[in-house]
Amino acid sequence: MGFFLETLLGGLMAGMLYSLVALGFVLIFKASGVFNFAQGAMVLFAALAMARFAEWIPGWTGIESPVIANIAAFAIAALMMWAVAWFIEYLVLRHLVNQEGTTLLMATLGISYFLDGLGQTIFGSNIYKIDVGMPKDPILMFESIFEGGVLINKEDLYAALIAAVLVAALSLFFQKTATGRALRAVADDHQAAQSIGIPLNRIWVIVWTVAGVVALVAGMIWGSKLGVQFSLTTVALRALPVVILGGLTSVPGAIIGGLIIGVGEKLSEVFLGPYVGGGIEIWFAYVLALVFLLFRPQGLFGEKIIDRV
Amino acid sequence: MSKKIGDVILDVHNISLSFGGVKALTDISFDVREHEIRAIIGPNGAGKSSMLNCINGVYTPQQGSITFKGQTFSHMDSHQVATMGIARTFQNLALFKGMSVIDNIMTGRNLRIKSNLFMQALRIGPAEREELQHREFVEHIIDFLEIQAYRKTPVGQLPYGLQKRVDLGRALAMEPKVLLLDEPMAGMNLEEKQDMSRFVLDINDEYGTTVVLIEHDMGVVMDISDRVVVLDYGKKIGDGSPDEVRNNPEVISAYLGTGH
Repeated sequence: MGFFLETLLGGLMAGMLYSLVALGFVLIFKASGVFNFAQGAMVLFAALAMARFAEWIPGWTGIESPVIANIAAFAIAALMMWAVAWFIEYLVLRHLVNQEGTTLLMATLGISYFLDGLGQTIFGSNIYKIDVGMPKDPILMFESIFEGGVLINKEDLYAALIAAVLVAALSLFFQKTATGRALRAVADDHQAAQSIGIPLNRIWVIVWTVAGVVALVAGMIWGSKLGVQFSLTTVALRALPVVILGGLTSVPGAIIGGLIIGVGEKLSEVFLGPYVGGGIEIWFAYVLALVFLLFRPQGLFGEKIIDRV
Repeated sequence: MSKKIGDVILDVHNISLSFGGVKALTDISFDVREHEIRAIIGPNGAGKSSMLNCINGVYTPQQGSITFKGQTFSHMDSHQVATMGIARTFQNLALFKGMSVIDNIMTGRNLRIKSNLFMQALRIGPAEREELQHREFVEHIIDFLEIQAYRKTPVGQLPYGLQKRVDLGRALAMEPKVLLLDEPMAGMNLEEKQDMSRFVLDINDEYGTTVVLIEHDMGVVMDISDRVVVLDYGKKIGDGSPDEVRNNPEVISAYLGTGH
């Protein structure tokens, strides 16, 4: 039982991180109808900016404190994501209004290659380290309840906490502020939103910036676990099944989908792995997504797809 | 009812609009005076909604111009139209279905919200006060439209007639100079039609809002409009007071003669 709980918690925490990346997809898809293939590139770009600025700032300013360097690097990276959002809106999106979804998807594919290249040109293409001072040592819980207790990776715990706080802050922002209301309005109906004077262009910049900051947080956490390197872009591919599971248009769906996939991966690896030879973790999410595509293509919480004939 | 009808506020001049080879509107001109209720009527497919969409900036006419408050445009942009004080409702309801009645109507205040994103996010004083003021205004609209009981209900769950009211409320929240109503009574029963007529008259009367409304049901329109434009197959075939229009032989043959 203790072992089961340990696997479950580990899965939940890993799932929280998938949710975070999936959230980036959902935010952009809801507000602009674009399936943003560049989400992974945004994660890498943001993580690179964060890692490199944290490295450079002490040299430039002479301030040695790693806390200040990290905070400043985070702020600069967030600003860069805002600039990226602005450029994407100005150079790409506004020229493709009312185009087919496929066209927009191809455009984001282009953006993704561009961002990959730009990031590595500016910041270099080695493996960099993000050290935000997350404790690496594991903690032991529930020793009195289960034999041997439950071992939890502190780093995962903090990462999951950060992700949870971000998700909570975002949903408050969406529900409680005037801008959030405008964002939801645009997501519901572009034309009606325009007719009451909500400026689409500005809303898109805001949404892409928010998705950029979400990418930054995801990049920071994954980066501090795995190091900032090109393979970070594949984190986005891991989030793809999450989006299919939760539904492309649902924020709660992205979160719950992420948790299900995280838990499913870990549990199946540990409990089914021995029977089928292991390695389930790698393909579990995709098979689950496939099943969903067959039987419930709109996902758990997505809007039902109704085709008019 | 003693209403002061003012000068021309909106002037549509020689508008032509076609989609490929199909002519939706041919050389349409009419004007709208301040504080009046101006109806555009015509059978299905006459080009009424296309006309409204030209004024609202959804379509760009190939020819012609639109003058609003002395400024002339050959092309209107939806967002700009909203800033200038023209609000609209939609024939096929374009409400934000997942949002509550209050939130839907609050979005109409969007242009008047001055506090920036960061002030809102951190709930700093002025942003909070501003939100409350707008909320108060929206509560007045909700009272006016008699939808108090549904404040928090997601709009998608309301019956059609009430959704139409929310749509109207959202447009009203903009405090528009000119209100464009696209078939506000379509699909309604008699009682709902009467309610809607009353709201339109009250809006016009109390706030002095100029109303341009589209209908294909002549009955109600004739009772509440000051002047009526009649379209048929994209052409203007009549323009004048309800009585003049009613007695116009061309209108009778094109419109009433079709068995209404």
